[in-house]
Amino acid sequence: MTAQPQSQPRIPADAGTTGGVPAAPHPAGPVQSATWRRVPVTVWIAGVFAGLLLLAAFAPGVLATHDPRAITLGSPLAAPSWEHWFGTDQSGRDLYSRIVHGTTQSLLIGLGSAAVGVGLAVVFGSWAALGGRWADAVIGRAIEVLFAFPILLLAMVFIAVYGPSVQTLILAVGLGIAPGYARMVRAQVMSVRRSGYVQAAQALGHHPGRVLAQHILPNALRPLLAVLTLGIGQSIVWASGLAFLGFGVAPPSPEWGALLEAGRPYIIEAWWLEIIPGLAVLATALTATVLGKFVESTLEGER
Amino acid sequence: MSVTTETLTTAPAQPSSPEPVRRGRPVTSTAALIGKKVLGALFVIWAAASITFLIQSLLPGDRATLLLNQQTGQVQERSAEELAPINEQFGFDDPLLVQYVTFLGGLLRGDLGISYTLYQPVTTVIGDQIVPTLVLTFTALAVAWALAIVLLLLTARRAPWVSRIFSGLESAAAALPQYWLGIILLVVFSLWLGLFPVVSGSGTAGLVLPALTLGIPLAGFLAQVMRAEFERTMDEPFVLTARARGMSDGGVRLRHVLRHSLLPGLSLTGWAVGAQFSAAVIAENVFARPGLGRVLVTAVNGRDLPVVCGVVMLVALVYVITNLIVDTAYILVDPRLKEAA
Repeated sequence: MTAQPQSQPRIPADAGTTGGVPAAPHPAGPVQSATWRRVPVTVWIAGVFAGLLLLAAFAPGVLATHDPRAITLGSPLAAPSWEHWFGTDQSGRDLYSRIVHGTTQSLLIGLGSAAVGVGLAVVFGSWAALGGRWADAVIGRAIEVLFAFPILLLAMVFIAVYGPSVQTLILAVGLGIAPGYARMVRAQVMSVRRSGYVQAAQALGHHPGRVLAQHILPNALRPLLAVLTLGIGQSIVWASGLAFLGFGVAPPSPEWGALLEAGRPYIIEAWWLEIIPGLAVLATALTATVLGKFVESTLEGER
Repeated sequence: MSVTTETLTTAPAQPSSPEPVRRGRPVTSTAALIGKKVLGALFVIWAAASITFLIQSLLPGDRATLLLNQQTGQVQERSAEELAPINEQFGFDDPLLVQYVTFLGGLLRGDLGISYTLYQPVTTVIGDQIVPTLVLTFTALAVAWALAIVLLLLTARRAPWVSRIFSGLESAAAALPQYWLGIILLVVFSLWLGLFPVVSGSGTAGLVLPALTLGIPLAGFLAQVMRAEFERTMDEPFVLTARARGMSDGGVRLRHVLRHSLLPGLSLTGWAVGAQFSAAVIAENVFARPGLGRVLVTAVNGRDLPVVCGVVMLVALVYVITNLIVDTAYILVDPRLKEAA
């Protein structure tokens, strides 16, 4: 498991000589280009797919072949064909175009949940790491308690209380993924706090607030870019699972979870209504994971 | 199950990293250490119960009105006369602290309250449906372990391309969303090949596909964690010794190496029990199988909070107890941990 980026940042060579300790060691040009040449093929595939996703999110009209709401009379539940790449749904709407048009909302749900989860994790994780023994003990315990609630069940409690809606979904999934990330942030901040350049800055008599803002947080939180990417993929899967159970966005919408829910009654006649939107979810999640891991390893390599 | 291996870092401390054995003073006695774990577990259970109580009492809107509206299927304002008996019965008018004490007292007696929609004790509702879910969860755990072990024995530390292909397959399996895997299994094996019933029911034939749905992703996770330990152990001197004694490769793997790689898998299982319950909720809905999952979905739709919270608390309890057992087993099995603690 290489999930936890725990490598100790190196002490910059000029840490002791200059007054302002560089906050983040900057990558040198040649190192970066060498990294680029070694990009594995999976990352290329993920990158291309991510590009298509963004295109679908911002300009769905470019990729879609049909109007996502247009009803083709006489061909409800048509199997995938040259005309309808992913087949049609119960009203004869083109599934491919609906998936393309649903991208924006699905990505926003994933991004929103990941932002909520990682945001909470940053606040409470750094608080636990820097707030002294008591803060660490209390937050550590709270995280332990939250682990006893599986993400899906925690989300369902929220939905039972507040009723199903996009906001509830984002909040619930975000809260569900937060404890795991909070532990990562705590470990990260702890390791940075004990590192040489922070000690150097403290020895130089810098104000604790300045040390925190200039040295600890930027270095501890940089790997979070990778974590956020991973979180988006994870959130999309959780959100689609909840949608599959009927707790997501309401069906007329082409959001992927909604497509999954809408296709459920037709599973016997039209497998593509379930399997293809699920594949979109899976491919997006894998893309996020591959890119996230790549960013993580690149950042570690730069240190 | 999540798509990344990230969640694995949340598993209880993994002793897989070869910590140097610290000799010298033993820090704590085994009994004291286990006692500390038990106290910690009790704390988590109490906190989980308190959280579910808070959630129930912080429900927006009047609970008696909600309850009455859910029962009659109408949404309307209710008069005080209509609400009074309900408030009386459920104690909604009592001060919060009194309700909390009543709630905790009930828990100690194994009373989880009364369902808002079914008007039955929550324990009865759960008790009626828990058996198929438990059967599914534990069958899936067994399937996952069997798959992971066979995979490891056959593929770990073989030709590089074999190991690479199979560790790739493991990551892919771990990433599969359960509902999707379930649908694929349903479409291929029930609809196209007709090998299994489309509506699972509670029979044995109907258990196969749901157990695979839960077991395959978990097997991917298990094999991932255990593979690292397995391959490390293959380099240990005692493996060389065993080989030098003339033991066959298969024998070494089975008798010596496997044993070492079980530990990280065991701690992952402790963590996975809770997640398997979530997955069971999904699998039961894909395969139309009776069980807690369907009770839970109905309860969430009906905003039947005592049932929802009851199920969640039960899962939390199972999670805590499993992890307590795993942790204790660890301390007893691996003395290095005791000294590290």
